Amino acid sequence: MSARPMTSLERVLTTLDHREPDRVPLFLLLTMHGAHELGLSIETYFSRPEYVIEGQLRLRRKYRNDCFYTFFYASIETEAWGGDVHFTEDGPPNAGRPFIRTPEQIRTLEPPRVADCPCLIKVLETTSGLKAAGRDETPIIGVVMSPFSVPVMQMGFEAYFNLMFEQPALFERLMRVNEAFCIEWANAQLASGATAICYFDPVSSSTIVSPEHFRRTGLQVAMRTLAGIKGPVAMHFASGRCMPILEELPRTGAAVIGVSMLDDLAALKQRAAGNMPLLGNLNGIEMRRWTPEQAEEQVKAAIAAAGHGGGFILSDNHGEIPYQVTESTLLAIAEAVQRWGTYPLDVSRDGASSTPLKGPRS
Amino acid sequence: MTRDDPVENFLNTLLAMDRVAAKRALGDQTSADARLDVVERLVVPSLERIGDLWERGEVSLSQVYMSGRMCEEMVNAILPPPDPGPVDQPPMAIAVLDDYHLLGKRMVYSVLRASGYELKDYGTVDGDALVSRVVRDGIVVLLISVLMLPSALRIKRVRDALDRAGCHPFILVGGAPFRFDTELWREVGADAMAGTAAEGVTVVRKLLDQLPKEHRP
Repeated sequence: MSARPMTSLERVLTTLDHREPDRVPLFLLLTMHGAHELGLSIETYFSRPEYVIEGQLRLRRKYRNDCFYTFFYASIETEAWGGDVHFTEDGPPNAGRPFIRTPEQIRTLEPPRVADCPCLIKVLETTSGLKAAGRDETPIIGVVMSPFSVPVMQMGFEAYFNLMFEQPALFERLMRVNEAFCIEWANAQLASGATAICYFDPVSSSTIVSPEHFRRTGLQVAMRTLAGIKGPVAMHFASGRCMPILEELPRTGAAVIGVSMLDDLAALKQRAAGNMPLLGNLNGIEMRRWTPEQAEEQVKAAIAAAGHGGGFILSDNHGEIPYQVTESTLLAIAEAVQRWGTYPLDVSRDGASSTPLKGPRS
Repeated sequence: MTRDDPVENFLNTLLAMDRVAAKRALGDQTSADARLDVVERLVVPSLERIGDLWERGEVSLSQVYMSGRMCEEMVNAILPPPDPGPVDQPPMAIAVLDDYHLLGKRMVYSVLRASGYELKDYGTVDGDALVSRVVRDGIVVLLISVLMLPSALRIKRVRDALDRAGCHPFILVGGAPFRFDTELWREVGADAMAGTAAEGVTVVRKLLDQLPKEHRP
């Protein structure tokens, strides 16, 4: 190991190669906190790429974060498709009423072109701005919603389940349309300077569909889509469980898996070691009321469970830390990573739980 | 539990989303009493068991949803329509606060209906609209479903506004934020939380059994 500290990019690449870097990489997946740093409302903050670039630079410095995160908000994709977005003062903007009102609309649905969507162009400009500012030392993580999960916003959860189980032809058409958009959107971000793409796919998690159904649907969609994305992809289940489908995930081509606090991190690590690097799994919702001591305990436990031997990036389990999580908690997390995440690790994996879960019922 | 356990057999038809087998498992009761009996003996315990399985990570949300939907269809088909006259329960309502993700509400609504309860469905509402409807309808049991943390935190404002209006319904909350932070329901001023639709039915049933007489119709 060299005497100088590794750059964030070196640290991440080393751990992805299942080797121990100088310390466990920290991906604090902060979006709205940049608005707080700049003293802006969330809506104003996301109105201009310059604001988000400055916000990400400040957040990285403050928390010694190992990535830039160009994720604006999930509903930006439905905005691109013509859907409504509602901003609030204290949280991510929410998708408005679904724009696919009847399944029949899917027959003629066409994907938007990235170049025609001002909201997406802002993200691309943010990406290229961070690329210029980051001197290639810090990975830039772009985001797409999986074609299999975005219909929850496009048509609503209930209508989507009904489509999925009762109208297979229209379901398949929607997947193909969404795949085309997802691939174009991911590749545009990579072309603008993103180092990797985070593919959010909560519907593929075993929390939402059974493993058997995932193999027939979400897995096939992920395999086709990731094959078209010209860069590394992290598959993230946004708090959903993935233990029952872990063995299937290498088939998607994903380079990293974002895992939930609902799964046993030590058990996941045991099964994924040397094969799939893990990203996770601090509880972002509960984080809001952690004391600095609790934050340190949680970081220490996660590193004990999954840090040994590399192949682990510490992060929250959802892919977006709530706006209500305070600076003192985030600083405590950052400090705890320095203290407990420096290799060779000073935490034992013995205390980490690894109770196997009961198998799912299909 | 054995293969001869009728609840387990019915439950398996639901998890497999096999409508034909599920109807067959329910049988072809002719008398009204027998129909009600099959709902209480098979449908309600199956949905409760499926809720427990989801809580333990052994079945998926889509299976829970489709099971609830199939049960609602079957129960609607075999039970007589609700009596338009007064029902033997206090006014109840369910709403989604500030969000168009309606699935959680839909599931709780289905399972409550399948369990024999009547409730008003307010759909998606903001805090002000929710408060005015609850006051207008004299709601005694209010179920609130949320998806996002900020919406969950806004339940506190709803509770405070209802208090100011002199309206004190029992508030039962549910949704992802409450599953990830099990203390959150107390913080927002709710009276209880339910992790699953079936658990929601259990809470409502227990509450109605204990409700003081002045709240009964």
